[in-house]
Amino acid sequence: MLTDITIGQYMARDSIIHALDARIKIIITAILIIALFTIDTFSGFGFFSIFILIVIFLSKISFLKVIKGLKPILFLIILTLFIHIFLTKGGDILWSWRFISIESEGVYTGFFMVSRIFILILFTSLLTLTTSPLQLTDGIEYILTPLKRFGVPASELSMMMTIALRFIPTLLEEAEKIMKAQQARGADFESGNLIQRAKSLVPLLVPLFISAFRRADDLALAMESRCYRGGEGRTRLHELEYRYYDFIALIIVIIMAVTVSFF
Amino acid sequence: MSLININGVDFLYENENSDRPALQNINLQIEAGDFAVIIGSNGSGKSTLAKLLNVLLTPTKGEIYIDGLNSSKSENTWKIRQKVGMVFQNPDNQLVASMVEDDVAFGPENLGIPSPEIRKRVDKALEMVGMAGFQKFAPHKLSGGQKQRVAIAGVIAMEPDVIVLDEPTAMLDPQGRKEVMETIEYLNKEKEITIVHITHFMEEAVTADKVIVMNEGNILHKGTPKSIFRLVNKLKEINLDIPVAAEVAEYLRSKNVNIPDILTIDELVNSLC
Repeated sequence: MLTDITIGQYMARDSIIHALDARIKIIITAILIIALFTIDTFSGFGFFSIFILIVIFLSKISFLKVIKGLKPILFLIILTLFIHIFLTKGGDILWSWRFISIESEGVYTGFFMVSRIFILILFTSLLTLTTSPLQLTDGIEYILTPLKRFGVPASELSMMMTIALRFIPTLLEEAEKIMKAQQARGADFESGNLIQRAKSLVPLLVPLFISAFRRADDLALAMESRCYRGGEGRTRLHELEYRYYDFIALIIVIIMAVTVSFF
Repeated sequence: MSLININGVDFLYENENSDRPALQNINLQIEAGDFAVIIGSNGSGKSTLAKLLNVLLTPTKGEIYIDGLNSSKSENTWKIRQKVGMVFQNPDNQLVASMVEDDVAFGPENLGIPSPEIRKRVDKALEMVGMAGFQKFAPHKLSGGQKQRVAIAGVIAMEPDVIVLDEPTAMLDPQGRKEVMETIEYLNKEKEITIVHITHFMEEAVTADKVIVMNEGNILHKGTPKSIFRLVNKLKEINLDIPVAAEVAEYLRSKNVNIPDILTIDELVNSLC
């Protein structure tokens, strides 16, 4: 039931892409996003797409699964396309009816923007598909570490994310338990219109919140009793280490980003 | 000097309306290697006492010395917390990480121990509680007893002198309770770790070296398990459940049957038949 929900969309596979260091993967994604915005021709996008296809192939995740992950943004893509087609003016008039007209410039930018968004989402979702939430958290902490000097609480942020990840399944389990308890007492979560249904969630949410706060109290005590005193002076069981293929991947991506900007 | 020295300790919760302190004039010594069990019903102050040992609270009056360190001095706080490991009642609310090995590593990480050493400690601690091979499991996939043993491993990995367990079995089923009790006894007998076990299950006190009975913030009685179970009527007055064997023995004694001190059903059977 509720507890079957997987967090994020991570898919465990035994591949080179999965084995890359999380920090490198985050940096690579950032570089490629910047490179993506320097492209102003379709051939650049073509080059980029071939690269992404290779990465998907190497990650051993089926192409269909990757595409399925794009479903939620389908609406955004279609909306962008239509807005550009109908509202961007310039070039030859291709079709017109009363005050509505489609001009060639609009069609061009429409498809151009859509390709850009499509590749952008595809690539970032590859990051979350191949990196577990825990690794991502660690990676983000390491990348933010230099910012500690400016008062960014990097290790505290990552501790917060770790705890959130730890308690999602626990709270889901609890929600299910409360739901069943309320149903046994005659609560109805399934019928009625939207407002009625939202209202019927109150007896679920109130106990859930109260118990979450109680858990937070307990957990804070437990952490304190195990000598937690912020990120200062903490060591890690899993130290992240760069390996040679991390650098190879980085170099390949930099070369690619530079080449692409000449298209 | 004893490992734990509690001298004339009072404790009063600040924001509570009642005038009665949670603890009143507590004097208690626990030696290294002891298996001490503190029993008492709800509100007897036993959990407060546990929190005082770990410096989650400090005494309102009196002093607590852990291995010679005064808990009221703030410079000793972290040293004492490393020496006194604490396991709480709710297994879900004390596990921090989403992987067993990360959770066991949490304490040593906080102490700033180098990574290879943490690895060694984590594997050793998990083996000691019988959870070797569960390193990569998610806590929510484990049973209550297993979670509680992971919590104990998390404490062992900090290499404490004493482990204080605050009702670790209260939320477990009989199977989980048995697992946890066996683990605690093993750690005390084989690994010579001092244990302070707080519970309201009387039968968990049977194997202890020292039993302390608490009621309404006072220590009612200190002694060996046998001496305590002789006080059947007194214990009943403060709402503690007496093991059936001890109760039967006491009843027979009152009917002038000559019977020695009894703790378990086996002993009762042997002395009667």
